[in-house]
Amino acid sequence: MTPIKCYPPKPPRVYLFGTCLVDLFFPEAGLDAMRLLEREGIAVDFPEDQTCCGQPAYTSGYQDEARAVAAAQLDLFPEPWPIVVPSGSCGGMLRHHYPKLFAGTPLEAKANELAGRVFELTEFLVHVCHLELEDRGAPETVAMHTSCSARREMGLAETGPALLAQLGRVTLVEQARAAECCGFGGTFAVRHPEVSAAMVEDKSRAIEAAGAERFVTSDCGCLMNIAGRLAHRDSEVEGEHIASYLWRRVGQ
Amino acid sequence: MSVEPPGVQTFTPQAFHRQAHDALGNPQIRANFRSAMDGLMGKRREAFADWELEALRELGASVRLRALAQLPDLLERLEANCQANGIRVHWAEDGEAACRLIRELCEARGAKAVIKGKSMVTEEMHLNAHLETAGIEALESDLGEYLVQLNDQTPSHIIMPAIHLNTDEIADVMHDKTGIPRTRDVDAMTAAARAQLRERFMAADVGITGVNFAVAETGTLCLVENEGNGRMTTTVPPVHIAVTGIEKVVEQLRDVAPLYALLTRSATGQHATTYLNMISGPRQAGEQDGPEEVHLVLVDNGRSAIYQDDELLDTLRCIRCGACMNHCPVYTRVGGHSYGTTYPGPIGSILMPHLMGLEATKDLPTASSLCGACGEVCPVKIPIPALLTRLRREAVGEGRGNVPGAGSKRTRTEAAAWKAWQWLATHPGAWRGAAGVAGKLGPLTPSKLGPWSDHRVAPKPARHSLHALIKRHRSATDEEGQS
Amino acid sequence: MSARETILGRLRRRLDGPLTPPVSDFSVMSGRGWGREERLRRFEAWITSVHGEVIHTPRADWTRVLARVLADKGIRRLALGRAHPVAAEARAALAEAGVTLVDADRPVEAWWETLFHEVEAGLTSTAGGVAETGSLWLWPTPDEPRLLSLVPPIHIAVLDAEAVEDTLFEVMERHGWAAGMPTNALLISGPSKTADIEQTLAYGVHGPRELVVLLRH
Repeated sequence: MTPIKCYPPKPPRVYLFGTCLVDLFFPEAGLDAMRLLEREGIAVDFPEDQTCCGQPAYTSGYQDEARAVAAAQLDLFPEPWPIVVPSGSCGGMLRHHYPKLFAGTPLEAKANELAGRVFELTEFLVHVCHLELEDRGAPETVAMHTSCSARREMGLAETGPALLAQLGRVTLVEQARAAECCGFGGTFAVRHPEVSAAMVEDKSRAIEAAGAERFVTSDCGCLMNIAGRLAHRDSEVEGEHIASYLWRRVGQ
Repeated sequence: MSVEPPGVQTFTPQAFHRQAHDALGNPQIRANFRSAMDGLMGKRREAFADWELEALRELGASVRLRALAQLPDLLERLEANCQANGIRVHWAEDGEAACRLIRELCEARGAKAVIKGKSMVTEEMHLNAHLETAGIEALESDLGEYLVQLNDQTPSHIIMPAIHLNTDEIADVMHDKTGIPRTRDVDAMTAAARAQLRERFMAADVGITGVNFAVAETGTLCLVENEGNGRMTTTVPPVHIAVTGIEKVVEQLRDVAPLYALLTRSATGQHATTYLNMISGPRQAGEQDGPEEVHLVLVDNGRSAIYQDDELLDTLRCIRCGACMNHCPVYTRVGGHSYGTTYPGPIGSILMPHLMGLEATKDLPTASSLCGACGEVCPVKIPIPALLTRLRREAVGEGRGNVPGAGSKRTRTEAAAWKAWQWLATHPGAWRGAAGVAGKLGPLTPSKLGPWSDHRVAPKPARHSLHALIKRHRSATDEEGQS
Repeated sequence: MSARETILGRLRRRLDGPLTPPVSDFSVMSGRGWGREERLRRFEAWITSVHGEVIHTPRADWTRVLARVLADKGIRRLALGRAHPVAAEARAALAEAGVTLVDADRPVEAWWETLFHEVEAGLTSTAGGVAETGSLWLWPTPDEPRLLSLVPPIHIAVLDAEAVEDTLFEVMERHGWAAGMPTNALLISGPSKTADIEQTLAYGVHGPRELVVLLRH
């Protein structure tokens, strides 16, 4: 079992685990996460050899392959600094599944130690940095989609909305069935494309129906899925990673 | 809106994709499930006070685990106490043996007509069809089960068997199959079913029901219901046969209180069902009603195999409330029949592979986005997503190999693809190189990406990876620092 | 080997070894701390929320209230026991009320047709009530058998205010249920109901369509 989370005081230095989806498809989100942390006076260390947390293989049943990839990540964070992840899904993998993945192996202690200092980005900004934001953007109506991993695995239904609530000119609206999955689910979208499509259609319609001009999320899987659906039917609603959105409105 | 005429439908787990495709394309099915599940979720949410929910779930989980931890001892205690109460106890290794045993009990009484209370375990073993081949008619008395049986279907939900049918469809069934004047009036249809079934209760030679909790301490069988058909079935016919999976035993009578509270609230948001019927024996000397004989059939049917494994064991905690399906975004969209199994939805996807093998059910453990809604609401805290993941491992041959059909889903192509992914993700230089190439090819990558892009725009690799961006960001900040 | 031995053998020779039973903390099941008024308020609120009807009556006056209920509902055939004080008092009071009293304290085989087709209401005592869930608890007896609260279209149940307790768990514990369960113990919360037709509630599907609780103070 992972230890109960006690939030540390704001540290001088953290690691950033960028995640493979951010790396390949949404690199700006990773960079903006880094900028937000640096703005708080925190030095950000980005171990160059990081690749992927291993989750796609893990949830597909390919445990041995997942463990090999995860083992390669374990060596990259030797200092006792917090590890910040701009994704609830990958954060959940590191925090909750690494201990199970390595249970009974020589790497068990190492995995447990690492898991204990993993934080999702919005969680870290709210609970560790106590971030204060001054909104410089134009008035906008926004919906937040919290990923299922962030909401249920990490218990972080509140942190994203709490950050958006600080933006004075942003009206935060909640879409119907906000807690329902968008249908991404990693390889689920590939194995069961029709069911996944029905789910993302409902999710994207709900966001539109809530009157949002934009939706933000802290997970790039959901972002790719929902924004991809909205774009496919030429909706005017766009999606953005919450790190980029926050940085755009307060950072520059 | 036209609806397919009802007829004999056969659903199998092998055809999950086709069945799900059909259900997704049927606006009536979609609407029936969506509105029903929305209603059930809302009622559950209101049924639990914040202060009690977690404590109650924790207690429920401990009650079930405590029973499972002592399962063989408790089954023996249950048997001894039932027998002391005059209930005759029988054991069946699988569904076929259970069917045979029940048929023989019926035949010994010369029974021709059986009336049934709701029982998922008898659905699991296709008892009705078996009895029919022996010339014994088995009639379902739970209204939903009755409607489904009239319509030549199987239940699409473990608590609400006819949830896939709307009022119009049920009006057709009642009119076509029972000959009542066609009406959409729910009270009128209910009254008609009451009258039809009352005659059948009186005429039945045997009543067959399931069991919600079997109490080892007192030899008591608990039945939870709203309609009263369970009470009728266990009181009116001269013989009552209760059928249960071996995992339904609890240690003490007091254990029933939290499980009952969890079951009714999780299932339908009720604080209590209309009836909690606790049976501890046949009619005693001097009593005026109740069956002369009560039998308890303990069915294994795959459960003792699940029991062997510390992780899989959690599957057996289930109290069959259906909350996992009510909250499942996949179940809500494809409905119960798409799964092609007795138990649909998340609980079915972690249970049926053990009963039918992973080869037949290979699409069920993957029919989940692992969103976690099922585990979050489970009243006995079954870690359903973790069990789905475990069965995915077993299916591709990377588990313990102790689930029937383990490894049957492994294909060379997929295994090779994951090996290639593993190589890339453990060779950071190559990974960065590949990311760079993907970025350069970004504009050239196909805009069609299989089924993904039938409904979504295909993602394009970014021109520069995060690795590259950070490198540039660093040199920019370093320069700033130097100037 | 018998099926019994095979199954128990498999369970005993468990692959992953013996399991340790956890300890259960039942504290959430009791200790509500409700006073008498709060308890009765909750009982009534819950049982009426599931379509039960509660009629308050002074203890001394309850048979008069019963007669009025029968008259209001047009009940002309009432099945009831004989020995229980509730049945005895009712019989005495209704002797002149123009209601046909049907004896329930006889083998049901002797009066199937009357019970299923003619009786309009069944009168029973209750052993107590549960405030948290709005439930009655009954242990049917030869005097007031099981079907009396099930078959007639209306069930009239007599409950004493002081017999209402907070939770089912407390009822089970305080009354020592585990030490001697009757053939049939019942918890009844409202009239028979179903939502199997498109989630629309309908009452009286197999059992009574009305449950009237005469709550005696």
